[in-house]
Amino acid sequence: MQLPDLWGFDMKRIADHFSWRTYVLFTLALIAAMLLCICVGSVSIPLRDTLTAMWNTLWNMEVPAGISKNIILNVRLPRVINVALVGAALSLCGAAMQGLLRNPLADGSTLGVSSGASLGAVIALAFGVIIPGSTYGGTMLMAMFFAFLSLALILSLAYVLDRSLSTNSIILIGVIFSMFASSVINLIVTFAEDHIKSITFWTMGSLSGTNFSHSRILALAMLLCGGVILRYARELNAFSIGEDNARHIGVNVKRVKMMILITVSVLIGVCVSISGTISFVGLVMPHMARMITGPNHKRLLPASMFSGAIFLLLADLAARTLLRPIELSIGVVTSLVGAVAFITIFYRTRKAR
Amino acid sequence: MLKANHITVRYGDHTVVNDLSFELKEGQWLMLAGPNGAGKSTLIEAISQGVSYSGTFELNGKDIRSLKAFQLAKQIGVLSQKNSVGYAYTVEEVVGLGRYAYTSNFLSTRDDGGKDQVEKALEVTGLKDLRHTSVLTLSGGELQRTFLAQVFAQNPRLLILDEPANHLDLVYQKHIFSLIREWLKEPGRAVLSVVHDLSLAKRYGTHAVLLNQGSCAAKGEIDQVLTQKNLCRVYDMDVYAWMHEMLEQWK
Repeated sequence: MQLPDLWGFDMKRIADHFSWRTYVLFTLALIAAMLLCICVGSVSIPLRDTLTAMWNTLWNMEVPAGISKNIILNVRLPRVINVALVGAALSLCGAAMQGLLRNPLADGSTLGVSSGASLGAVIALAFGVIIPGSTYGGTMLMAMFFAFLSLALILSLAYVLDRSLSTNSIILIGVIFSMFASSVINLIVTFAEDHIKSITFWTMGSLSGTNFSHSRILALAMLLCGGVILRYARELNAFSIGEDNARHIGVNVKRVKMMILITVSVLIGVCVSISGTISFVGLVMPHMARMITGPNHKRLLPASMFSGAIFLLLADLAARTLLRPIELSIGVVTSLVGAVAFITIFYRTRKAR
Repeated sequence: MLKANHITVRYGDHTVVNDLSFELKEGQWLMLAGPNGAGKSTLIEAISQGVSYSGTFELNGKDIRSLKAFQLAKQIGVLSQKNSVGYAYTVEEVVGLGRYAYTSNFLSTRDDGGKDQVEKALEVTGLKDLRHTSVLTLSGGELQRTFLAQVFAQNPRLLILDEPANHLDLVYQKHIFSLIREWLKEPGRAVLSVVHDLSLAKRYGTHAVLLNQGSCAAKGEIDQVLTQKNLCRVYDMDVYAWMHEMLEQWK
């Protein structure tokens, strides 16, 4: 079938262009979502004020009195940035895992990596694992370490049970491990409640009260780990066609797999130590992105980042505003929406086959 | 070109390939034959470094183990028996991945002439019209041809094919086998394949290794290996008579 020649372009070239046009749209949607999240909340702020405050601060100009500069710049802006970064990171990790393990159900929360990271962070807080000179260093390092440890444990258990590393055995073990880790977290938090954030934080997640120092860490992790994962887009394509095939075409299967698993663990570890466990973002958003971009990771990975960020921003907005003045955990919203979305997508793709 | 020295593969206590040695020279098409479970696919997995083995494979005098994954992929292209794709990649994307070994440089992904190789591979396997089709919607034969095209795009010196006729109808069997024979005509190339259809093996192979329960039952030129006596011994049945009987029906 020859694709038609339209306006001097053939369809293939339009398809290529479509991808970057999509990114422009994604960027605009992301900015819109961020502005919306800054303006709406317990105190509503007009968009004009938000823009003025940000513009004037950027150029070192006086912000006119009457604009709630503090809420905009020190409360909402950092939170919105953090939410976007965490959403992008979790979704990117989900997409990478789904490609690497060739498994549409893979994600930090279904594989037990997120709860592993939580467990590490809780242990660090409860037993006072500190790196001198850095506030979050110990917690973060333990979160990353435990994230990787749980991933290694789950994958090797799954491998022992079933050499083909099939979908079902990995997910089954991951879910069981998640439950186990959560109960250990509950246990530790119950006994050491005075210096650990509440259980809900570690099981449902929240980004309230986060500040710019968190943003810096998240941005750095995103830059490094995100860069590595994006760099492996072609290898992820090969893996999602099949690990044997990847080996046959010359991918250094062991090294690439290890690199991606470590990178994903680090990124999830950083996210969890700042936001707690937020499930379903990494599971559902890559599926949504795949509907737009197709399975090619060169387009899928960036699209997953954008959609993850936008989704989590809206989820955070809902968590803050739906039951005002009560603030919900962000994970409650993502799980509610994500579960329904996931079943819908799963049903539709199964039916389409 | 490829020399196998005392290859042994074990899964636990079970020896799948037992002390196998053979040599494959340029211009030869070596057929691995033998009943199910003789160790043919395992041997191919071993060459592509998918299972651990003892002994060595020498590729032009170099131990295969000393080559990096992408170096090996430039030399050896493998078409495996179990091919399936989980996500909706297009035929062209799957075939294009055959160029991975040439673009695995960390900084640059330039691949001069890669596009032409992919085009040629799509052309000779008759997939040009299907290039933008999702691989999830392909028939078994089309998928087999897609992965064959991927191996061609990889442009290796040695083709290793595990049951290349799998899922192919008679017309495509003939087409693909003639194609591989054409491919083999260029100097510096060789083919190693597992073929269950002994008539196909005899027709296209130049040499053969007959395997039985992991050990070599016979090796050498095809006509000396695929003989009535050898086949009877290995297959434990008069294969020769059976094949004649099958053909008789058409008279």
